[in-house]
Amino acid sequence: MVMAMPAARRAPPHPERWIRVTPQGLHVVPGDFHVDPVRPVERAVITHGHADHARPGHDKVLATPETLAIMAARYGDNAGAGRQALAYGERVTIGEVTVWLAPAGHVLGSAQAVLEWRGSRVVVSGDYKRRRDPTCPPFEPVPCDVFVTEATFGLPVFRHPDDAGEVAKLLHSLEVFPERSHVVGVYALGKAQRLIRLLREAGWERPIYVHGALQALCDLYEDLGVALGPLEPATAKAKAEMAGALVLAPPSAIADRWARRLSDPVTAMASGWMRVRQRAKQRGVELPLIISDHADWDELNRTLDEVGAPEVWVTHGNEEALVHHATERGFRARALSVVGLGEEDEQESWPPGEGSGERSEEGAGEEDGS
Amino acid sequence: MRAFAALLDRLVYTPQRNGKLRLIADYFRHAPDPDRGWALAALSDGLDFKGAKPALIRALVEERTDPVLFRWSYDYVGDLAETVALIWPERPGANRPPSLAEVVERLREAGRGEVPALLERWLDALEPTERWALLKLITGGLRVGVSARLAKTALAALGEHDAAEIEELWHGLEPPYEPLFAWLEGRGDKPELGDSAAFRPLMLATPLEESEVEALPFEDYLAEWKWDGIRVQLVSRGGETRLFSRTGDDIGGAFPDLLDAVGFEATLDGELLVLRHGPGEGEEVAPFNDLQQRLNRKTVTGKLLELYPAHLRLYDILFDGTEDLRGLPLLPRRERLEAFYERERPARMDLSPLVDFRSMDELKALREAARDNGIEGLMLKRKDSAYLAGRPKGPWYKWKRDPLLLDCVLMYAQRGHGKRSSFYSDYTFGAWTPEDELVPVGKAYFGFTDEELKRLDKWVRDHTTERFGPVRAVEPGLVLEVAFDAVQRSTRHKSGLAMRFPRVHRIRWDKPAHEADRLESLQALVEG
Ligand SMILES: [Zn+2]
Ligand SMILES: [Zn+2]
Repeated sequence: MVMAMPAARRAPPHPERWIRVTPQGLHVVPGDFHVDPVRPVERAVITHGHADHARPGHDKVLATPETLAIMAARYGDNAGAGRQALAYGERVTIGEVTVWLAPAGHVLGSAQAVLEWRGSRVVVSGDYKRRRDPTCPPFEPVPCDVFVTEATFGLPVFRHPDDAGEVAKLLHSLEVFPERSHVVGVYALGKAQRLIRLLREAGWERPIYVHGALQALCDLYEDLGVALGPLEPATAKAKAEMAGALVLAPPSAIADRWARRLSDPVTAMASGWMRVRQRAKQRGVELPLIISDHADWDELNRTLDEVGAPEVWVTHGNEEALVHHATERGFRARALSVVGLGEEDEQESWPPGEGSGERSEEGAGEEDGS
Repeated sequence: MRAFAALLDRLVYTPQRNGKLRLIADYFRHAPDPDRGWALAALSDGLDFKGAKPALIRALVEERTDPVLFRWSYDYVGDLAETVALIWPERPGANRPPSLAEVVERLREAGRGEVPALLERWLDALEPTERWALLKLITGGLRVGVSARLAKTALAALGEHDAAEIEELWHGLEPPYEPLFAWLEGRGDKPELGDSAAFRPLMLATPLEESEVEALPFEDYLAEWKWDGIRVQLVSRGGETRLFSRTGDDIGGAFPDLLDAVGFEATLDGELLVLRHGPGEGEEVAPFNDLQQRLNRKTVTGKLLELYPAHLRLYDILFDGTEDLRGLPLLPRRERLEAFYERERPARMDLSPLVDFRSMDELKALREAARDNGIEGLMLKRKDSAYLAGRPKGPWYKWKRDPLLLDCVLMYAQRGHGKRSSFYSDYTFGAWTPEDELVPVGKAYFGFTDEELKRLDKWVRDHTTERFGPVRAVEPGLVLEVAFDAVQRSTRHKSGLAMRFPRVHRIRWDKPAHEADRLESLQALVEG
């Protein structure tokens, strides 16, 4: 009988040996589970509640209590048969792998999955941002051997401005056009509640009107301890009474028939994509607000420095540019191109502009909570 | 710089004229002097800086960025100023951010060699939207869809004055316009025009709708031909002579032949035409295309002067010497115009004759018969009308002969096929809705000469706001007079209307986009 070499004296295994990209997503072989799988699997670790990361129909789901609550609100019985809640910092062992979750600062409940096997540590960060968000705890850098990152805004033109300035833009517009309503397109999970909190911090105490599709998640945030102040259904009032009202709705509704019930609305949209004028204009947005739940270019690069991993894997977004830049800066970097991540959160679609012909660039779709 | 940048940023996204007005007025209300005066100059007449060209900006950014990342970014963003503004690796706190006035004043004094260092310092100190505004400003292409007239209208709202009052003062003032702001805010006297050859706002006519024809008390009106040229104002005063378009642009540089014919002091309203030898004796009005050859030029060659001689057909007199006649009713004003003409007998000018008629039916017949010889239709002017700035409804009507012409605004241009594949030659144009938004009403790809196509193509490239594959969206700044056979209801277009056989009848280089026709006019032409 051959004795196994003591683990401590062996070099830790390279993460490529124990984490694979499969059609289901990232497969952690020695624990036989997937992180954010895009198809139903036996055992899933879910970083956060956005639909491209948290899909229905898995047998066993491990996530933060908040993420499990979000999934239950969205998918009901289909949210996963066996659900295991894991608070930030708590450890579990799945197969041979130790798993713990660290805050990602993306939306309420969002986490980085920290995976350890035989002295090798990989952090799958899911989606994250580095700036303050009044609805969730901030991102915590975890030193590791491989850092798996998104690159939604992985081009140096994406530099998100200060949130307070963007909220001030919205409030200024309400001042200049007091007889018009202002409807802001926001993703239902995360962006809506964060914007509400930012507005409250900026002194907006009046009711905020919300589209029906946002109500359930706003209620859930309240239940989980995020106070949002007075919210009212956007459909309850007569058109004339909506003058000067502030309305939040899913992006698909702001330029649609739904918005006709509002009083001559100024169409706003809160998203990191609003940084590029051509994109904002294609959407017919009149008031772009650059408020993002994803790291911008500077945040992505700063994060690579802080986690100190010699190797970086990029899952989705503008992988090419981030890989190029990280390589120039001395990291071993590669694109994983995980299929299914970064696809539309809520299948938002926009009416194509008339007479505008085809769009010249493809890709960079409407990522979740971007 | 921050407030100005925020204003430009907001204007880019605001399609409605009223929205733009409110935003500009709000800026003027809150921005300090002299920043707002420079902003007004930038929005109205434009500011021209030498030595700050796109190539310089590109060179600056290439020194500081990874060329691969810059290329990918530029491909993604599609606009140089915007890409540079976003990608510029700033050094916050490195320098003090400059005010708009500081930028303008320093650039005006700077020698060509000093520009790069100035620019670099400012780009370091500003945030991305400010950098974008700075780059737009110094490369002379704000492209925020604001006309000089709109900027002045917003300014007028500041003191509840009429835009015409500002228009009248305008050419006697210089940026940064501090006395003007002081007057508008009730802190100072109205600026004096003095004895300068200043532009006086024109009186414009409203279209006469078919439904109004029967009820018109025709005996109260004088009729005149509506000549097919461009409306101008000729001013000679204090030893200075200038020729203005009806929006107040000085176009005298292209018409020295006309200016040389002036040996009097007066302010005259008339139609600028090109004449040629007629079939019999005398001269007739040349096609509009001949006049086109003389328009939009800073200078003119001797050959053009000979081929296309300029002529002014006089409609009205605003000042005789320094005597202001605008308060007089039309009939005595017409007498003064005739007396002036008798007295001066100016070369290259004649009187627009009055059209004699005794009934509305007679007038209708005259209008129908007026098919050629540079006549677009009839003008009807109340005999008792004073000369009022702007477009008051009622005193003056224009009654165009061909109802199936519509002044539309160019919205999109698409590359052509075959030998036209390098040109943007297919044009989608729109009309204004009651909400002051443009909606497409049709598409045309012929009706212009090769020379005009070259010019249209250049205009499209210079005024692009967005690109989608072979299509460019342009700012609403060019009016196409579109001719068409009929108009039908259609579900294909957002406007609900489709033109039959539309073609570009004429390119109205001179016409401001906001004066193009409205969707209602097209709707009124639907048959059946
Ligand atoms: Zn997400
Ligand atoms: Zn995502």
